[in-house]
Amino acid sequence: MSMAITSVFKSVVNYFASLGRSTVDSITAVGQASLMLFGALIAFPQWKNIRLTIAQVYVVGVQSLLIIMVSGLFIGMVMALQGYTILVNYGAEGSLGPMVALSILRELGPVVTALLFAGRAGSALTAEIGLMKATEQLSSLEMMAIDPLRRVVSPRFWAGVISMPMLTLIFSAIGILGGHIVGVDWLGVDAGSYWSIMQSTVDWDKDVVNGIIKSIVFALVVVWIALYKGYSCIPTSEGISLATTQTVVYASLAILGLDFILTALMFGIS
Amino acid sequence: MTTRKTEILVGLFVALAIAAALLLALRVANQGMSGSGETYTLTAKFDNIGGLKARSSVKVGGVVVGRVERIYLDPRDLIPVVELKISSEYSNTFPDTSSLSILTSGLLGEQFIGLSPGFIFPEDIVSIEEDKVCETQTLNECPYLTNGEEIFDTKSALVLEDLIGQFLFNQGSE
Repeated sequence: MSMAITSVFKSVVNYFASLGRSTVDSITAVGQASLMLFGALIAFPQWKNIRLTIAQVYVVGVQSLLIIMVSGLFIGMVMALQGYTILVNYGAEGSLGPMVALSILRELGPVVTALLFAGRAGSALTAEIGLMKATEQLSSLEMMAIDPLRRVVSPRFWAGVISMPMLTLIFSAIGILGGHIVGVDWLGVDAGSYWSIMQSTVDWDKDVVNGIIKSIVFALVVVWIALYKGYSCIPTSEGISLATTQTVVYASLAILGLDFILTALMFGIS
Repeated sequence: MTTRKTEILVGLFVALAIAAALLLALRVANQGMSGSGETYTLTAKFDNIGGLKARSSVKVGGVVVGRVERIYLDPRDLIPVVELKISSEYSNTFPDTSSLSILTSGLLGEQFIGLSPGFIFPEDIVSIEEDKVCETQTLNECPYLTNGEEIFDTKSALVLEDLIGQFLFNQGSE
Protein backbone atom coordinates (compact mmCIF):
# COMPACT_ATOMS: atom_id res chain seq x y z
CA MET A 1 0.00 0.00 0.00
CA SER A 2 2.67 2.45 1.03
CA MET A 3 4.69 1.39 -2.05
CA ALA A 4 1.79 2.37 -4.31
CA ILE A 5 1.40 5.75 -2.60
CA THR A 6 5.12 6.40 -2.93
CA SER A 7 5.12 5.56 -6.65
CA VAL A 8 2.09 7.81 -7.27
CA PHE A 9 3.80 10.57 -5.31
CA LYS A 10 6.97 10.08 -7.35
CA SER A 11 5.17 10.23 -10.67
CA VAL A 12 3.38 13.42 -9.59
CA VAL A 13 6.69 14.98 -8.60
CA ASN A 14 8.23 13.84 -11.88
CA TYR A 15 5.36 15.41 -13.79
CA PHE A 16 5.87 18.74 -12.09
CA ALA A 17 9.62 18.47 -12.56
CA SER A 18 9.25 17.90 -16.32
CA LEU A 19 6.74 20.76 -16.56
CA GLY A 20 9.14 23.04 -14.73
CA ARG A 21 12.09 21.93 -16.85
CA SER A 22 10.28 22.57 -20.13
CA THR A 23 9.13 26.00 -18.89
CA VAL A 24 12.64 26.95 -17.80
CA ASP A 25 14.05 25.64 -21.09
CA SER A 26 11.63 27.60 -23.23
CA ILE A 27 12.18 30.81 -21.25
CA THR A 28 15.93 30.26 -21.52
CA ALA A 29 15.56 29.79 -25.27
CA VAL A 30 13.62 33.05 -25.58
CA GLY A 31 16.27 34.79 -23.52
CA GLN A 32 19.12 33.37 -25.60
CA ALA A 33 17.33 34.27 -28.83
CA SER A 34 16.80 37.82 -27.57
CA LEU A 35 20.45 38.13 -26.56
CA MET A 36 21.47 36.89 -30.00
CA LEU A 37 19.10 39.35 -31.68
CA PHE A 38 20.45 42.17 -29.54
CA GLY A 39 24.02 41.19 -30.45
CA ALA A 40 23.12 41.15 -34.13
CA LEU A 41 21.27 44.46 -33.94
CA ILE A 42 23.97 46.46 -32.19
CA ALA A 43 26.52 45.11 -34.64
CA PHE A 44 24.92 46.95 -37.53
CA PRO A 45 26.68 50.32 -37.22
CA GLN A 46 30.02 48.66 -37.99
CA TRP A 47 30.57 49.79 -41.52
CA LYS A 48 33.50 47.46 -42.05
CA ASN A 49 30.91 44.68 -42.07
CA ILE A 50 29.05 46.21 -44.99
CA ARG A 51 30.88 44.04 -47.52
CA LEU A 52 29.92 40.93 -45.58
CA THR A 53 26.32 42.13 -45.62
CA ILE A 54 26.39 42.76 -49.37
CA ALA A 55 27.77 39.27 -49.92
CA GLN A 56 24.90 37.90 -47.84
CA VAL A 57 22.35 39.97 -49.75
CA TYR A 58 23.62 38.11 -52.80
CA VAL A 59 23.16 34.71 -51.13
CA VAL A 60 19.86 35.48 -49.43
CA GLY A 61 18.25 37.91 -51.86
CA VAL A 62 19.61 37.51 -55.37
CA GLN A 63 19.60 33.73 -55.24
CA SER A 64 15.99 33.75 -54.05
CA LEU A 65 15.02 36.01 -56.94
CA LEU A 66 14.19 33.30 -59.47
CA ILE A 67 11.78 31.36 -57.26
CA ILE A 68 10.13 34.61 -56.12
CA MET A 69 9.66 35.90 -59.67
CA VAL A 70 8.32 32.61 -61.05
CA SER A 71 5.94 32.20 -58.08
CA GLY A 72 4.75 35.80 -58.40
CA LEU A 73 4.04 35.36 -62.10
CA PHE A 74 2.06 32.17 -61.63
CA ILE A 75 0.15 33.40 -58.58
CA GLY A 76 -0.86 36.54 -60.44
CA MET A 77 -1.96 34.47 -63.43
CA VAL A 78 -3.99 32.07 -61.27
CA MET A 79 -5.61 34.96 -59.40
CA ALA A 80 -6.68 36.52 -62.69
CA LEU A 81 -8.02 33.23 -64.04
CA GLN A 82 -10.01 32.40 -60.91
CA GLY A 83 -11.22 35.95 -60.42
CA TYR A 84 -12.34 36.21 -64.03
CA THR A 85 -14.48 33.06 -63.89
CA ILE A 86 -16.39 34.46 -60.89
CA LEU A 87 -16.54 38.11 -61.86
CA VAL A 88 -17.70 37.46 -65.43
CA ASN A 89 -20.95 36.01 -64.01
CA TYR A 90 -21.81 39.45 -62.69
CA GLY A 91 -20.45 41.34 -65.65
CA ALA A 92 -17.89 42.81 -63.28
CA GLU A 93 -14.73 41.58 -65.00
CA GLY A 94 -13.60 45.21 -65.09
CA SER A 95 -12.91 44.81 -61.37
CA LEU A 96 -10.34 42.11 -62.10
CA GLY A 97 -7.48 44.63 -61.83
CA PRO A 98 -8.23 45.80 -58.27
CA MET A 99 -9.03 42.25 -57.18
CA VAL A 100 -5.66 40.93 -58.34
CA ALA A 101 -3.74 44.00 -57.18
CA LEU A 102 -5.30 44.25 -53.72
CA SER A 103 -5.06 40.58 -52.88
CA ILE A 104 -1.44 40.45 -54.01
CA LEU A 105 -0.32 43.72 -52.44
CA ARG A 106 -2.07 43.19 -49.12
CA GLU A 107 -1.80 39.46 -48.51
CA LEU A 108 -0.25 37.15 -51.06
CA GLY A 109 2.81 39.27 -51.81
CA PRO A 110 4.14 39.56 -48.26
CA VAL A 111 2.94 36.13 -47.08
CA VAL A 112 3.99 33.95 -50.03
CA THR A 113 7.30 35.77 -50.33
CA ALA A 114 7.96 35.20 -46.64
CA LEU A 115 6.99 31.51 -46.86
CA LEU A 116 9.22 30.96 -49.89
CA PHE A 117 11.97 32.94 -48.22
CA ALA A 118 11.72 30.78 -45.10
CA GLY A 119 11.97 27.65 -47.22
CA ARG A 120 14.63 28.87 -49.62
CA ALA A 121 16.86 31.15 -47.53
CA GLY A 122 15.87 30.48 -43.90
CA SER A 123 16.61 26.77 -44.05
CA ALA A 124 19.93 27.48 -45.77
CA LEU A 125 20.91 29.97 -43.07
CA THR A 126 20.09 27.48 -40.31
CA ALA A 127 22.00 24.67 -41.99
CA GLU A 128 25.00 26.88 -42.70
CA ILE A 129 25.32 28.23 -39.17
CA GLY A 130 24.50 24.84 -37.67
CA LEU A 131 27.29 23.26 -39.67
CA MET A 132 29.62 26.08 -38.66
CA LYS A 133 28.80 25.23 -35.07
CA ALA A 134 29.14 21.47 -35.59
CA THR A 135 32.57 21.87 -37.20
CA GLU A 136 33.55 24.32 -34.43
CA GLN A 137 34.13 27.21 -36.78
CA LEU A 138 32.22 29.50 -34.44
CA SER A 139 34.42 28.43 -31.51
CA SER A 140 37.49 29.03 -33.68
CA LEU A 141 36.30 32.56 -34.39
CA GLU A 142 35.89 33.14 -30.67
CA MET A 143 39.39 31.74 -30.13
CA MET A 144 40.66 34.42 -32.52
CA ALA A 145 38.78 37.07 -30.50
CA ILE A 146 36.26 37.61 -33.31
CA ASP A 147 32.67 37.82 -32.14
CA PRO A 148 30.70 35.33 -34.27
CA LEU A 149 27.56 37.36 -33.64
CA ARG A 150 29.14 40.30 -35.44
CA ARG A 151 31.06 38.38 -38.06
CA VAL A 152 28.55 35.65 -38.96
CA VAL A 153 25.09 36.36 -37.55
CA SER A 154 24.72 40.11 -37.98
CA PRO A 155 25.48 40.30 -41.76
CA ARG A 156 23.03 37.49 -42.43
CA PHE A 157 20.37 39.09 -40.24
CA TRP A 158 20.58 42.47 -41.95
CA ALA A 159 20.85 40.93 -45.40
CA GLY A 160 17.57 39.11 -44.77
CA VAL A 161 15.82 42.22 -43.42
CA ILE A 162 17.01 44.26 -46.42
CA SER A 163 16.23 41.61 -49.03
CA MET A 164 12.72 40.55 -48.05
CA PRO A 165 10.89 43.86 -48.66
CA MET A 166 12.62 44.16 -52.03
CA LEU A 167 11.65 40.60 -52.92
CA THR A 168 8.06 41.40 -51.87
CA LEU A 169 7.95 44.46 -54.13
CA ILE A 170 9.27 42.42 -57.05
CA PHE A 171 6.79 39.63 -56.31
CA SER A 172 3.85 42.04 -56.22
CA ALA A 173 4.84 43.87 -59.40
CA ILE A 174 5.35 40.65 -61.33
CA GLY A 175 2.14 39.18 -59.93
CA ILE A 176 0.14 42.16 -61.17
CA LEU A 177 1.82 41.91 -64.58
CA GLY A 178 0.99 38.17 -64.58
CA GLY A 179 -2.63 39.06 -63.89
CA HIS A 180 -2.45 41.44 -66.84
CA ILE A 181 -1.10 38.66 -69.10
CA VAL A 182 -3.98 36.31 -68.30
CA GLY A 183 -6.76 38.83 -67.74
CA VAL A 184 -6.12 41.25 -70.58
CA ASP A 185 -4.05 39.43 -73.18
CA TRP A 186 -5.70 36.03 -72.86
CA LEU A 187 -9.24 36.47 -71.49
CA GLY A 188 -9.91 39.82 -73.10
CA VAL A 189 -10.59 42.15 -70.17
CA ASP A 190 -10.22 45.74 -71.32
CA ALA A 191 -6.67 46.93 -70.58
CA GLY A 192 -7.88 50.45 -69.77
CA SER A 193 -10.33 49.28 -67.13
CA TYR A 194 -7.77 46.80 -65.71
CA TRP A 195 -5.30 49.58 -64.97
CA SER A 196 -7.60 52.55 -64.32
CA ILE A 197 -9.96 50.85 -61.85
CA MET A 198 -6.85 49.40 -60.17
CA GLN A 199 -5.38 52.88 -59.89
CA SER A 200 -8.55 54.37 -58.45
CA THR A 201 -8.86 51.56 -55.89
CA VAL A 202 -5.30 50.89 -54.75
CA ASP A 203 -3.92 53.42 -52.32
CA TRP A 204 -0.16 53.87 -51.90
CA ASP A 205 -0.18 54.43 -48.13
CA LYS A 206 -2.91 52.00 -47.22
CA ASP A 207 -2.12 49.08 -49.49
CA VAL A 208 1.47 49.23 -50.79
CA VAL A 209 3.14 50.63 -47.68
CA ASN A 210 1.21 48.29 -45.37
CA GLY A 211 2.38 45.37 -47.51
CA ILE A 212 5.97 46.54 -47.16
CA ILE A 213 5.55 46.92 -43.38
CA LYS A 214 4.19 43.38 -43.23
CA SER A 215 7.16 42.03 -45.18
CA ILE A 216 9.64 43.83 -42.89
CA VAL A 217 7.98 42.26 -39.85
CA PHE A 218 8.02 38.82 -41.51
CA ALA A 219 11.68 39.31 -42.47
CA LEU A 220 12.66 40.09 -38.87
CA VAL A 221 10.84 37.02 -37.57
CA VAL A 222 11.98 34.57 -40.26
CA VAL A 223 15.64 35.56 -40.13
CA TRP A 224 15.60 35.64 -36.35
CA ILE A 225 14.15 32.14 -36.11
CA ALA A 226 16.52 30.80 -38.79
CA LEU A 227 19.64 32.27 -37.20
CA TYR A 228 18.70 31.29 -33.66
CA LYS A 229 17.85 27.72 -34.66
CA GLY A 230 21.22 27.41 -36.40
CA TYR A 231 23.11 29.09 -33.59
CA SER A 232 21.57 26.96 -30.85
CA CYS A 233 21.31 23.62 -32.64
CA ILE A 234 22.70 20.40 -31.23
CA PRO A 235 26.01 20.11 -33.16
CA THR A 236 25.33 16.74 -34.74
CA SER A 237 23.94 15.77 -38.12
CA GLU A 238 20.57 14.94 -36.53
CA GLY A 239 20.63 18.20 -34.63
CA ILE A 240 21.21 20.23 -37.79
CA SER A 241 18.46 18.44 -39.70
CA LEU A 242 16.07 18.95 -36.78
CA ALA A 243 16.98 22.62 -36.54
CA THR A 244 16.46 23.12 -40.29
CA THR A 245 13.03 21.49 -40.13
CA GLN A 246 12.07 23.52 -37.09
CA THR A 247 13.13 26.73 -38.83
CA VAL A 248 10.78 26.12 -41.74
CA VAL A 249 7.88 24.96 -39.54
CA TYR A 250 8.17 27.67 -36.88
CA ALA A 251 8.82 30.43 -39.41
CA SER A 252 5.81 29.41 -41.52
CA LEU A 253 3.52 29.28 -38.49
CA ALA A 254 4.85 32.60 -37.22
CA ILE A 255 4.27 34.21 -40.63
CA LEU A 256 0.68 33.03 -40.90
CA GLY A 257 -0.14 33.93 -37.29
CA LEU A 258 1.46 37.36 -37.52
CA ASP A 259 -0.24 37.96 -40.84
CA PHE A 260 -3.63 37.62 -39.19
CA ILE A 261 -2.66 40.00 -36.39
CA LEU A 262 -1.16 42.55 -38.79
CA THR A 263 -4.16 42.33 -41.13
CA ALA A 264 -6.52 42.86 -38.20
CA LEU A 265 -4.51 45.90 -37.10
CA MET A 266 -4.12 47.39 -40.58
CA PHE A 267 -7.38 46.60 -42.34
CA GLY A 268 -9.67 45.23 -39.62
CA ILE A 269 -10.98 48.47 -38.19
CA SER A 270 -11.65 51.24 -40.65
CA MET B 1 36.59 38.69 -58.62
CA THR B 2 33.69 36.92 -56.95
CA THR B 3 33.00 39.96 -54.77
CA ARG B 4 32.88 42.16 -57.89
CA LYS B 5 30.37 39.83 -59.52
CA THR B 6 28.42 39.67 -56.27
CA GLU B 7 28.31 43.44 -56.01
CA ILE B 8 27.07 43.80 -59.60
CA LEU B 9 24.33 41.24 -59.06
CA VAL B 10 23.26 42.83 -55.78
CA GLY B 11 23.16 46.19 -57.58
CA LEU B 12 20.92 44.70 -60.26
CA PHE B 13 18.71 43.21 -57.52
CA VAL B 14 18.31 46.61 -55.88
CA ALA B 15 17.59 48.24 -59.26
CA LEU B 16 14.92 45.61 -59.94
CA ALA B 17 13.33 46.28 -56.54
CA ILE B 18 13.31 50.03 -57.26
CA ALA B 19 11.73 49.37 -60.67
CA ALA B 20 9.04 47.26 -58.98
CA ALA B 21 8.38 50.01 -56.44
CA LEU B 22 8.11 52.56 -59.26
CA LEU B 23 5.68 50.34 -61.15
CA LEU B 24 3.54 49.99 -58.04
CA ALA B 25 3.72 53.72 -57.35
CA LEU B 26 3.03 54.97 -60.86
CA ARG B 27 0.87 52.34 -62.51
CA VAL B 28 -0.90 50.55 -59.65
CA ALA B 29 -1.49 53.01 -56.80
CA ASN B 30 -3.28 56.34 -56.96
CA GLN B 31 -1.44 59.19 -55.37
CA GLY B 32 -3.74 61.86 -56.76
CA MET B 33 -6.09 62.80 -53.94
CA SER B 34 -4.66 60.67 -51.16
CA GLY B 35 -3.90 63.32 -48.60
CA SER B 36 -0.92 65.07 -50.12
CA GLY B 37 -1.62 68.36 -51.87
CA GLU B 38 -3.49 71.35 -50.52
CA THR B 39 -7.18 70.96 -49.74
CA TYR B 40 -9.99 72.96 -48.20
CA THR B 41 -12.86 71.64 -46.10
CA LEU B 42 -16.59 71.84 -46.69
CA THR B 43 -19.40 70.35 -44.61
CA ALA B 44 -22.84 69.19 -45.59
CA LYS B 45 -25.77 67.61 -43.76
CA PHE B 46 -27.69 64.75 -45.32
CA ASP B 47 -30.85 63.03 -44.12
CA ASN B 48 -29.41 59.65 -45.10
CA ILE B 49 -25.95 58.89 -46.37
CA GLY B 50 -26.68 55.34 -47.54
CA GLY B 51 -23.43 53.48 -48.15
CA LEU B 52 -21.16 56.52 -48.26
CA LYS B 53 -17.83 56.01 -46.50
CA ALA B 54 -14.81 58.06 -45.56
CA ARG B 55 -12.52 58.32 -48.63
CA SER B 56 -15.45 58.12 -51.05
CA SER B 57 -14.88 60.50 -53.94
CA VAL B 58 -16.51 63.83 -54.67
CA LYS B 59 -17.14 64.24 -58.38
CA VAL B 60 -18.21 67.06 -60.63
CA GLY B 61 -19.51 65.62 -63.86
CA GLY B 62 -17.42 62.50 -63.26
CA VAL B 63 -14.17 64.36 -62.48
CA VAL B 64 -12.82 63.65 -58.99
CA VAL B 65 -12.30 66.96 -57.18
CA GLY B 66 -12.09 65.75 -53.59
CA ARG B 67 -12.79 63.06 -51.04
CA VAL B 68 -14.99 62.49 -48.01
CA GLU B 69 -12.81 63.16 -44.98
CA ARG B 70 -15.09 61.92 -42.23
CA ILE B 71 -18.72 61.25 -41.43
CA TYR B 72 -20.29 61.83 -38.03
CA LEU B 73 -23.69 62.37 -36.48
CA ASP B 74 -24.68 65.89 -35.52
CA PRO B 75 -25.24 65.64 -31.74
CA ARG B 76 -28.22 68.02 -31.68
CA ASP B 77 -30.08 67.38 -34.93
CA LEU B 78 -29.17 63.68 -35.04
CA ILE B 79 -28.54 63.71 -38.79
CA PRO B 80 -25.30 62.74 -40.52
CA VAL B 81 -22.72 65.43 -41.22
CA VAL B 82 -20.23 64.78 -44.02
CA GLU B 83 -16.90 66.58 -44.07
CA LEU B 84 -15.40 66.97 -47.56
CA LYS B 85 -11.84 67.81 -48.53
CA ILE B 86 -11.75 69.53 -51.90
CA SER B 87 -8.50 70.04 -53.77
CA SER B 88 -7.24 73.62 -53.60
CA GLU B 89 -6.87 73.46 -57.37
CA TYR B 90 -10.64 74.09 -57.30
CA SER B 91 -10.74 76.87 -54.71
CA ASN B 92 -13.01 79.80 -55.64
CA THR B 93 -14.53 77.65 -58.36
CA PHE B 94 -17.85 76.32 -57.10
CA PRO B 95 -20.59 78.88 -56.29
CA ASP B 96 -22.40 78.98 -52.95
CA THR B 97 -25.54 77.72 -54.63
CA SER B 98 -23.95 74.40 -55.61
CA SER B 99 -25.78 71.27 -54.52
CA LEU B 100 -24.64 67.83 -53.39
CA SER B 101 -26.29 64.50 -54.03
CA ILE B 102 -25.25 60.99 -53.10
CA LEU B 103 -25.05 58.88 -56.25
CA THR B 104 -24.12 55.31 -57.08
CA SER B 105 -21.65 54.38 -59.80
CA GLY B 106 -23.26 51.65 -61.84
CA LEU B 107 -26.00 49.38 -60.55
CA LEU B 108 -24.00 47.79 -57.72
CA GLY B 109 -21.04 50.15 -57.57
CA GLU B 110 -19.73 52.25 -54.73
CA GLN B 111 -21.44 55.46 -53.67
CA PHE B 112 -19.94 58.88 -54.22
CA ILE B 113 -20.96 62.50 -53.83
CA GLY B 114 -21.94 64.35 -56.98
CA LEU B 115 -21.43 68.11 -56.80
CA SER B 116 -23.58 70.13 -59.21
CA PRO B 117 -22.18 73.65 -59.53
CA GLY B 118 -24.75 76.41 -59.05
CA PHE B 119 -24.86 79.90 -60.47
CA ILE B 120 -23.59 83.32 -59.43
CA PHE B 121 -25.58 86.53 -59.60
CA PRO B 122 -24.08 88.94 -62.12
CA GLU B 123 -23.79 91.69 -59.50
CA ASP B 124 -21.72 89.36 -57.32
CA ILE B 125 -19.26 88.81 -60.16
CA VAL B 126 -18.83 92.56 -60.37
CA SER B 127 -18.32 92.80 -56.60
CA ILE B 128 -15.67 90.05 -56.73
CA GLU B 129 -13.72 91.96 -59.29
CA GLU B 130 -14.06 95.26 -57.44
CA ASP B 131 -13.66 94.30 -53.78
CA LYS B 132 -11.64 91.13 -54.05
CA VAL B 133 -13.85 89.68 -51.24
CA CYS B 134 -12.66 86.16 -51.97
CA GLU B 135 -9.06 86.95 -51.04
CA THR B 136 -9.97 87.94 -47.48
CA GLN B 137 -11.30 84.50 -46.57
CA THR B 138 -14.52 85.83 -45.00
CA LEU B 139 -17.14 83.17 -45.24
CA ASN B 140 -20.36 84.80 -46.32
CA GLU B 141 -19.10 87.65 -48.46
CA CYS B 142 -17.56 85.42 -51.09
CA PRO B 143 -20.07 83.95 -53.52
CA TYR B 144 -17.85 80.87 -53.91
CA LEU B 145 -17.56 77.94 -51.51
CA THR B 146 -14.62 78.57 -49.19
CA ASN B 147 -12.91 76.73 -46.35
CA GLY B 148 -15.29 75.67 -43.56
CA GLU B 149 -18.45 76.59 -45.42
CA GLU B 150 -21.55 74.42 -45.27
CA ILE B 151 -23.52 73.34 -48.33
CA PHE B 152 -27.24 73.42 -47.57
CA ASP B 153 -28.70 72.09 -50.79
CA THR B 154 -28.22 68.33 -50.38
CA LYS B 155 -30.01 65.30 -51.70
CA SER B 156 -29.85 62.04 -49.75
CA ALA B 157 -28.88 58.62 -50.95
CA LEU B 158 -31.48 56.54 -52.70
CA VAL B 159 -32.61 53.80 -50.33
CA LEU B 160 -33.92 50.87 -52.32
CA GLU B 161 -36.23 49.65 -49.57
CA ASP B 162 -37.96 53.05 -49.28
CA LEU B 163 -38.33 53.16 -53.04
CA ILE B 164 -39.91 49.70 -53.17
CA GLY B 165 -42.16 50.61 -50.23
CA GLN B 166 -43.31 53.76 -52.02
CA PHE B 167 -43.93 51.79 -55.20
CA LEU B 168 -46.02 49.20 -53.37
CA PHE B 169 -47.93 51.95 -51.55
CA ASN B 170 -48.76 53.62 -54.87
CA GLN B 171 -49.80 50.30 -56.38
CA GLY B 172 -52.07 49.63 -53.41
CA SER B 173 -53.77 53.03 -53.55
CA GLU B 174 -54.66 52.67 -57.24
